[in-house]
Amino acid sequence: MLKTLYDKLWDSHVVRTEDDGTGLIYIDRHLVHEVTSPQAFEGLKLAKRRPWRVESIVATADHNTPTTDWDKGIEDPISKLQVDTLDQNIKEYGSKAYFPFLDSRQGIVHVIGPEQGATLPGMTVVCGDSHTSTHGALGCLAHGIGTSEVEHVLATQCLVQKKMKNMLVRVEGQLDTGVSAKDIALALIGKIGTAGGTGYAIEFAGPAIESLSIEGRMTLCNMAIEAGARAGMIAVDQTTIDYLRGRTFAPKGDLWDQAVSYWRSLRSDPGAIFDLMVTLNGSELIPQVTWGTSPEMVVGIDGRVPDPEQEKDIAKREGIEQALQYMGLEPNASLTDIEVDKVFIGSCTNSRIEDIRIAAKVVSGKRVAPNVQLAMVVPGSGLVKAQAEQEGLDKIFIAAGFEWRQPGCSMCLAMNNDRLEAGERCASTSNRNFEGRQGAGGRTHLVSPAMAASAAVNGTFVDVRQILSE
Amino acid sequence: MEKFALHKGLVVPLDRANVDTDAIIPKQFLKSIKRSGFGVNLFDAWRFLDVGQPGVSLSKRQPNPDFILNESRYQGASILLGRKNFGCGSSREHAPWALADYGFKAVIAPSFGEIFFNNSLKNGLLPIVLSELEIDGLFHDVFGFPGFQLTVDLESQKVTTEDNAKSFNFQIDPFRKHCLLNGLDDIGLTLEHVDEIKQFEKRHKLHQPWLFN
Repeated sequence: MLKTLYDKLWDSHVVRTEDDGTGLIYIDRHLVHEVTSPQAFEGLKLAKRRPWRVESIVATADHNTPTTDWDKGIEDPISKLQVDTLDQNIKEYGSKAYFPFLDSRQGIVHVIGPEQGATLPGMTVVCGDSHTSTHGALGCLAHGIGTSEVEHVLATQCLVQKKMKNMLVRVEGQLDTGVSAKDIALALIGKIGTAGGTGYAIEFAGPAIESLSIEGRMTLCNMAIEAGARAGMIAVDQTTIDYLRGRTFAPKGDLWDQAVSYWRSLRSDPGAIFDLMVTLNGSELIPQVTWGTSPEMVVGIDGRVPDPEQEKDIAKREGIEQALQYMGLEPNASLTDIEVDKVFIGSCTNSRIEDIRIAAKVVSGKRVAPNVQLAMVVPGSGLVKAQAEQEGLDKIFIAAGFEWRQPGCSMCLAMNNDRLEAGERCASTSNRNFEGRQGAGGRTHLVSPAMAASAAVNGTFVDVRQILSE
Repeated sequence: MEKFALHKGLVVPLDRANVDTDAIIPKQFLKSIKRSGFGVNLFDAWRFLDVGQPGVSLSKRQPNPDFILNESRYQGASILLGRKNFGCGSSREHAPWALADYGFKAVIAPSFGEIFFNNSLKNGLLPIVLSELEIDGLFHDVFGFPGFQLTVDLESQKVTTEDNAKSFNFQIDPFRKHCLLNGLDDIGLTLEHVDEIKQFEKRHKLHQPWLFN
């Protein structure tokens, strides 16, 4: 039988199947962070259970950690308690690797997993975090779970799962310079909606996807959950293998060769059946900007804010009206007239070296516009930060008036001190523009790193292709 | 987990699509290391006019009179009627914890965010999918009749109005139904298969030894 990549990953992890099709699935890699794990460890302790396989655990503190003044530690006592609790749990139970606050390799869990070679093709990867879909870029089955499931994986190394349906998203053609994986993700969500992928595992394929770096593929798979799909994935190719070679936890020697030969089979069989197929033309794609309070509320940079009067569906019209009111935008406003107050380059979506390089290229020799009160770059990990500094990118940002911060989740969800004040408008490379996501009353516009950098130097949204050609 | 069999309760309508888990329980309350106490901050940004911080008691807050949960006729509601894609967004189990802690036993919507849906089932909060048409009808009824109640019968998979005039069937995974009816936690059930997991692990190690390095 012809199988999709998802079918192959599922089949190779089924421990048992119930009569109704529910599977018990073995989990290879369990990523753990401080926010969704304390209650799981507590449950384990109360039931007097031990983790099944601590070598599957890779942990870090990322959501609560500050991005400035590391010498002062974590000042918020509630945040500190949560991070300390993770420290204690890992100390008590153990792990394969732990990158605590202040470690030079600490960072966003979805950045450090692949960076360390701790997520590998063919694995099942879970984490108490919806953006676990990121890791599917390496040809593995990766998705977010809740805290009860975190406890379940700790105790049994397995998850009780229903198999998802298969969706193929093919992106034809090649992206224009200045157009990125983020724009594919936003355009796709604009097309199928935030529930379009619910119940599906999405495989991304096609010429535009094959040309993406692993960093770009991670950005795309990261956003699968914003399309409603818990898992996004991309077949293994030479790009995948080149990315993994030599990484800390990647196999070495004979095991490497053995692994690579298996990994090359991790692609959908030609002719395999998908339940749903969606096609985008990458060559026609332009930079995207969200205007509302859901990632599906998105248009190209040449577009305008929609007019609710033009919407015939009552529910949709009310949705647009609510969003425009929250965002403080007028119908039909041109995106290029929207001024931003803050710029955030970071998050598990866009904080990898490639993201920082393109943003640096855009701001190089320019200055942050006077109306922009704060523009910040938060690298995804200590290693990304060090790499960027080695390339001199930090100096470019600082010279342009950006702040160059310590790694962490930061203003993507504003659990630390990095947040928007009510009414502030932000060009953000993160993944969610929900009400209050970046701070109560804050207004988020999701964009690519290149577009965020362009907005920083221009003061309003502008087509990055215009900035790059100047 | 608490057993769920039959529940009759007051219904509150939340008439907006794509209610995300950030709205259900904002990020500043995720810093807790406990499973309980999230109900006071359920829908915090919509429910209150002041910006909520952890540890501030309800008596010091300014309720938003325009938010539906604050209307006197919906006090004591235990069934939430929602629109499509309810609970989309993050995987935070704090969302069903907050809903359950506030007093909700069931959420009825045309569709749900998948992770939220799974998380709810593990906390005795029953997510019920009905068709858009049925949901439209229920919104109409609940707005029109103060004190509108529904009965949720998990055993027969039915939602019924108080006067028995309307009854809707819903689907639920048989395994999840069994767990809810009996208050069973997944871990205990999975650990009945310890030998199978161990055998799988052995085979897996043989096929992909690098995963066990």
